[in-house]
Amino acid sequence: MTARNSHGSPFAPHTTEETTAMLEAVGAESVEELFDIPESVRFDGEFGIDSTGERELRAEMRTLLGRNDDLTEFLGRGHYDHYVPSLVDHLADRSEFLTSYTQYQPEITQGFLQVLFEYQSMLVELTGLEIANCSMYDAATALGEAAALADRVRGTSGSQVLVPELMREERRSVLENYTEGAGLTVETYPHDDANADVEALSEVAGEETVMVYAESPTVRGTIEERLEEVADLAHAHDALFVLGSDPVALSVLEKPATIGADVVIGDAATLGLGTSYGMGLGLFATREEFVRQVPGRLVGASTDAAGERTYTLTLQTREQHIRRERATSNICTNQAWVALRTAIHAASLGPSGLVELARECLEAPVDLARRLDDIVGVKAPVHDRHHFREFVVRTDQPAQAVRETLEEYGFAVHAIDEHLIQVCVTETNREKTDALVTAFREAAR
Amino acid sequence: MTLEYTQARWNSDDEGYEPHLAEKNETSVDTDDVPLPDGLKRDELTLPELSEPELARHYTRLSQMNYGVESGPYPLGSCTMKYNPKFTEDVAAHPAAGVHPDRSPESVQGTLELLARLENQLARIGGMDAVTLQPPAGAAGEFVGILIAKAYHESRDDERTEVVIPDAAHGTNFASAAMGGYDVVELPSGDDGRVNIDALEAALSKETAALMLTNPNTLGLFERDIEEIAEMVHEVGGLLYYDGANLNALLGRARPGDMGFDVMHYNVHKTFATPHGGGGPGAGPVGVSEELAEFLPSPHVRASDGGYELFEPERSIGKVHGFMGNWLVLIKAYAYIARLGDEGLADASAKAVLNANYLASQIEYEVPYGPFHHEFVASAGEQDAADVAKRMLDYGVHPPTTKWPELVGEALMTEPTEIENRRSLDQLAEAFDAVASEERETIETAPERTTAKRIDQTEAARNLRLSWQSFDDGS
Repeated sequence: MTARNSHGSPFAPHTTEETTAMLEAVGAESVEELFDIPESVRFDGEFGIDSTGERELRAEMRTLLGRNDDLTEFLGRGHYDHYVPSLVDHLADRSEFLTSYTQYQPEITQGFLQVLFEYQSMLVELTGLEIANCSMYDAATALGEAAALADRVRGTSGSQVLVPELMREERRSVLENYTEGAGLTVETYPHDDANADVEALSEVAGEETVMVYAESPTVRGTIEERLEEVADLAHAHDALFVLGSDPVALSVLEKPATIGADVVIGDAATLGLGTSYGMGLGLFATREEFVRQVPGRLVGASTDAAGERTYTLTLQTREQHIRRERATSNICTNQAWVALRTAIHAASLGPSGLVELARECLEAPVDLARRLDDIVGVKAPVHDRHHFREFVVRTDQPAQAVRETLEEYGFAVHAIDEHLIQVCVTETNREKTDALVTAFREAAR
Repeated sequence: MTLEYTQARWNSDDEGYEPHLAEKNETSVDTDDVPLPDGLKRDELTLPELSEPELARHYTRLSQMNYGVESGPYPLGSCTMKYNPKFTEDVAAHPAAGVHPDRSPESVQGTLELLARLENQLARIGGMDAVTLQPPAGAAGEFVGILIAKAYHESRDDERTEVVIPDAAHGTNFASAAMGGYDVVELPSGDDGRVNIDALEAALSKETAALMLTNPNTLGLFERDIEEIAEMVHEVGGLLYYDGANLNALLGRARPGDMGFDVMHYNVHKTFATPHGGGGPGAGPVGVSEELAEFLPSPHVRASDGGYELFEPERSIGKVHGFMGNWLVLIKAYAYIARLGDEGLADASAKAVLNANYLASQIEYEVPYGPFHHEFVASAGEQDAADVAKRMLDYGVHPPTTKWPELVGEALMTEPTEIENRRSLDQLAEAFDAVASEERETIETAPERTTAKRIDQTEAARNLRLSWQSFDDGS
């Protein structure tokens, strides 16, 4: 037995003797000799990063993250908190899953491939579309990829991508970056009381329209009521209709395929991840006819030499490592492990749990809005629509001041306009609604 | 002593090696109690309905039908499959890390400080002046680099149309440049496997927006002429982009910023040991020189009177992720870097390079080119590299990346990383050599001992079944 070099990486196992013997085997006197780097670009400085022991580092990071205020969040607008059962953490953290990579060798990675196949299948049921890929980075990049797909499959030229006026500007910015290279321009169509204004949309849509995008629930938590008309309008111009949603809402909303959606995008990490400073999982589903234009990885079933049913990555000729600049996307590393978490969470809820969770997401905002509406100087909800998880509140006081006061009381809400606050309620903060209402009464005064 | 390996399987009639969830139990639930009018809601939802113990067993079995870094050697070239330290998982699971991205900056000072610290660490390691953490993967980092190059040239009223990329580069480079609207000019490699200066001269012009370079390149070779290359690119007004996939070869030995690179991405799931997660999530932070900092994605973090704040850089390219990127991954990267420090990082590279050189010296397959750094590309010679890989699975190791880069015939691109000791490298070498001496028949029908036998790729693509619903169609 010999000791390992205590000054090196704790995750490089070499003993001093081992290093010496290996150097001898390669015919080098020192490790430095193996670096074929011209003297003029050699780095002989220091990073100035001290090595910290695991115990000390964990304590230090606890302190550091502890500087985040412990607020009860009533926040949503595209990133949601649902309770993630312990089962998800324990199973997803199994190292055979966590420490593997893309399934380039399917024979030895059947487990993860089956997980991803099951994830794809759940999205097929939720969207009604035939094809779901096994992940994009997040909802915003999935939307960018949807626009790129719309541009590729359209028979005639066109350059207009239509999005609702009410959507996250960050999401729109990503879309613009994804489409600029292809020469597309992103334009908005108006909303009417936080639903698509179909008449106004028909004015702006035309021959140039490549894609029409809508969200349900919208960024303000309202459920769109005229999506079939939006889809028909898009199709009348040979444009694709792309719908943004999430797996919890899709558990009860009319199937996107029935409405006429060509692509569904969204954040699937609404299940499986909880709040994680915006980290997500890009849901991407589409119709069978576009399967060869899909971005990202697809898992399909096949047969092995023993005649058994197996799974493998398929249609890889769409992808960057084979098709390079003619690939359907540049994506390589994706969010597979988040898809694993989402699949486990969805499976643990089952259809009855999902429908029940979605039902609560429809009822809780109605209840909370009614209570806030009772406060003098507050109107809620602002929009006369069905709501999912969240709703908008009008305050006589400036919204920013209301938000700041609520933060002092330990609550985080969105201030989205001069006199508009947005509040999101799920099972994770429902028990704090009494306290929120009390604080709101003070803040709105 | 050659290792043999047998992977778990639970073979059942017509249900593969483990029945899928819907085969185990599926239920339809109606939406009668859902307070929405008909027309806005679906009639029913049909999905698997299983108890917690059933699910625990399902996923545990599936995990045993999978192979990760903790299962055995995983020398997948270009992917840097390091051990992922356990404590980083615990740090990322801290409840205070679970904050919403729309929180006020004042209420998430811990998060912002951690981001600022990681940016600072990465800037020092890469020799760059500013770093964004927003790109959620390496390819997303490349895309940011391309967008920054575009914004930079446009800010000088200099519209350029081409990006130059060596033929042996990662496929993502070509795809990222194309997504940015650029034409790709492919640069043929020289006889020594490196950039050929004459070919570069011919490829560069006033249309060149950027040259994307991996250094050491995908053959594991350092671009010795890097200073001349940088000068040539800058001479025509282009930017030099560093693909950070192979940064694990250089920690503490050389920095992209010092070599003349203007923009670079880091792959934290490679160099900084965050888990690969079966395909992701990773993170692809981007570093830039001072001149390019004003183009970085928005928002960006900076220190402000005793705390930290978010701001939009003056000529920001906008956003490449809906929020702030893969935050949980970034926490793990910070923890890894802080755990290792200067000496540990330098040692990681030293041992990664030593391991690659040692393994290359121990195998019978020919290894052309050199000297290598963290990886080498062997040639399977008369054998089919894909078959060699399948047969290696039977020896309990994950095979190298195969058939790429194409500069080497029947390529076996091998990157053992620093985590393997000599004994484990010797076992890897034995697996290579065992397969090298085997009959064609044996390797063509491999693998034998994995969960699945050889899988028919053609059938998968011809008879597309991408969901369990497709099984009901009688196929």
